[in-house]
Amino acid sequence: MKKELKCHIGIGPKVEGIALVADDNFSARYDLDRINGVFSRPQHKLYGSSYKDVILVLNTAKGGVATAWMLYEMTSRKIAPKGILFNSVNTILAQGAALAGMAMVDRFEDGDVTKIVKTGDHLIVCPDEGKVIFVE
Amino acid sequence: MKLNNEEQAMLAGDFGPAVKWAMEHQLQVGRMFDAKDMVDVSQAHMMADPESLGEAGVAFTEKLAETDISVRIPTITDPRGVDLECYEPIGQTESMAELERRFIAACKRMGITMTNTCINYQTIMPPVFGDHVAFGDTGVVIYSNSVCGARSNFEGGPSALAAGLTGRTPRYGLHLNDNRSSTKRYQVAEEPKDLMDWGVLGATIGRMAGSYWEVPVIEGIEKIPNSDQLKHFGAAMASYGSVPLFHIVGITPECQKIEDVDGQALEATKVTKETIRDLRAPFSAVGSQVDVVVFAAPQLSIIEMSELSKLCSGRQRSSTTDVIVCTSAQVYADAVSMGYVTEIEAFGGRVLVGTCFYQQYAREIGEANGWTSLLSNSAKIVNILGGYGYQPSLASMEACIESAEKGIIVQ
Repeated sequence: MKKELKCHIGIGPKVEGIALVADDNFSARYDLDRINGVFSRPQHKLYGSSYKDVILVLNTAKGGVATAWMLYEMTSRKIAPKGILFNSVNTILAQGAALAGMAMVDRFEDGDVTKIVKTGDHLIVCPDEGKVIFVE
Repeated sequence: MKLNNEEQAMLAGDFGPAVKWAMEHQLQVGRMFDAKDMVDVSQAHMMADPESLGEAGVAFTEKLAETDISVRIPTITDPRGVDLECYEPIGQTESMAELERRFIAACKRMGITMTNTCINYQTIMPPVFGDHVAFGDTGVVIYSNSVCGARSNFEGGPSALAAGLTGRTPRYGLHLNDNRSSTKRYQVAEEPKDLMDWGVLGATIGRMAGSYWEVPVIEGIEKIPNSDQLKHFGAAMASYGSVPLFHIVGITPECQKIEDVDGQALEATKVTKETIRDLRAPFSAVGSQVDVVVFAAPQLSIIEMSELSKLCSGRQRSSTTDVIVCTSAQVYADAVSMGYVTEIEAFGGRVLVGTCFYQQYAREIGEANGWTSLLSNSAKIVNILGGYGYQPSLASMEACIESAEKGIIVQ
C-alpha cells in the first residue's frame, strides 16, 4: 500500500482524519441534510452516512453554486467534513473551500482516488504541499 | 500569480479590508487552478439565498458592508430565498425573512443591485461575445458562455462578491480560449419539442459529460431553438453534469462548423431515445396524486408566463394540489400588466416574485405544506429536490396544468 499520494496544490489547512469514500459526485445542496450532517439524497452512495469531521473522498462536483456558501455555513456550525479529496474539483467547491477554510485537493497522480483510498483509512491532507499521507 | 500595481495594493489592504479579503480569496482559488494573472470583468452576478448563507454567511456579508466599501462594477443578484411580500402563506418563518432582510440591507449598502433573477441574460444586461464576466448560478453561466459567447467560470456567491469588489477574477478555466474547445461529441437522434424535452436532453448530455472540465459539442439540431428552450437545455446540463459550456453546431456563436471547436476528430456518442427515456424513468409517476406543481428553475420568462396563463384560463386547480410559479420582478411587472398573473391566480396558482422554489428552504416549506409528490416541467428542479425529501416527477407544461386540475399526474 502506498504511504503517500501526490496531487495538485489545493486549498485550506493541513488536516488529519478518517476517510469516507464513494465513487459518486457531490453537491451540498443536492445531497446533504446539513442540519443533521448526513447525506440525504436517496440515490447517493453515501445516503444516510454522517459526514461530520470525516475526510470525504469523492469523484467530482455536480450541480449548483450554492455549495460555495454552504461549506462556510456548515463549517461555522462545526457540522462539516474536515476536508474533501476529489478526482477533479470544480470551481465552486474550490471557492467554497477558500471561504470556509476547508482542506480540499484534487488531481491525483496515481489515478482514481476513490479506488485508492478506502473508507476507514487514516489520512493527513496537506493542501499546500499537494499530498495526502496514509497514517499506519 | 502575477499582480499589477493596483492588485498588489488591493492585497496589501490599501483599498480596505473588504477588498483585501476579496483579493486573498481570489488568489487562493487562482492558485488551485493555475491562473497566471487576473482578468477584468464587466459584471458580477451573485448567488446568495439565506438557506445557503445561513447566519454565518449573512454575518460575513454584513461585516464586509460595515467597512463602507462599494462594488467597483455592476453587481447583481440571483433569486432570493424569501419573497418578502409572500412568505408566511407558503410556510416560511419570520426568522427566515429576517435573515433575508439583513442580507438585502448589507448588499444595498455595498451598492449591489438586487435584481434577484437567474434569467438576467433575458431581462437585465446580457453579456456580449467575448465579454469576461463573473457570473454565478450555473444556468446563467452556461447560457452566457454558450449562447452569448461570454467568458465566465461558475462563480459561487463569495467569489462573485469578490469579483464585484475587485472588478476582476483569476484568469483560469473558461476565461482561456484553449479551454473552450469541445472535448465530447454528441449526436442527437431526435430534436426536442417542448421546454421539458429540451431540459431532458440537456440533462442527458450533462450526465454523460459529467464534469466541469468537459465541453460538449452537439450535432443533430437543425431547427434554431429559442431562448427559453436553450435556457432549460443549459440549466439542466449544468445541473446534471456541472457543465459550464456547450456548443451546438451551426447554432451557438463559437461553432458554426464542428472544426471551429476542434470537434471533428472526437468520437461521437449517440443520444438515443432510449438514453433519454432512461433519464426520465425515475421521474415518472403517472396516476399518482400530486401535492404541488412547480414552474421554476429557471424563473419564467414573459413568454412562459404568457403560455402558462393561456393554459390556466377558465380552469381550476384541484383542492389537493398547490401550484407555485416563480418569476423575476422584471417579468412580473409585465405579466401583471398583460393579465397573465390574474389568469394564473384565478386557476389557483401562486406567483412568487424574485425567488426560485429550490432556493427558498425547499425542505421546510415542503414539510409545512405537506408537499411530497412534486411535478414540474423543469429537468433541473427534479434533479435537485430529491435530496430535499420530495418525490419529483417531470411532465410538459400542458401536462403539469392538467395534473394540477385533476390532482393526479397525467401522461
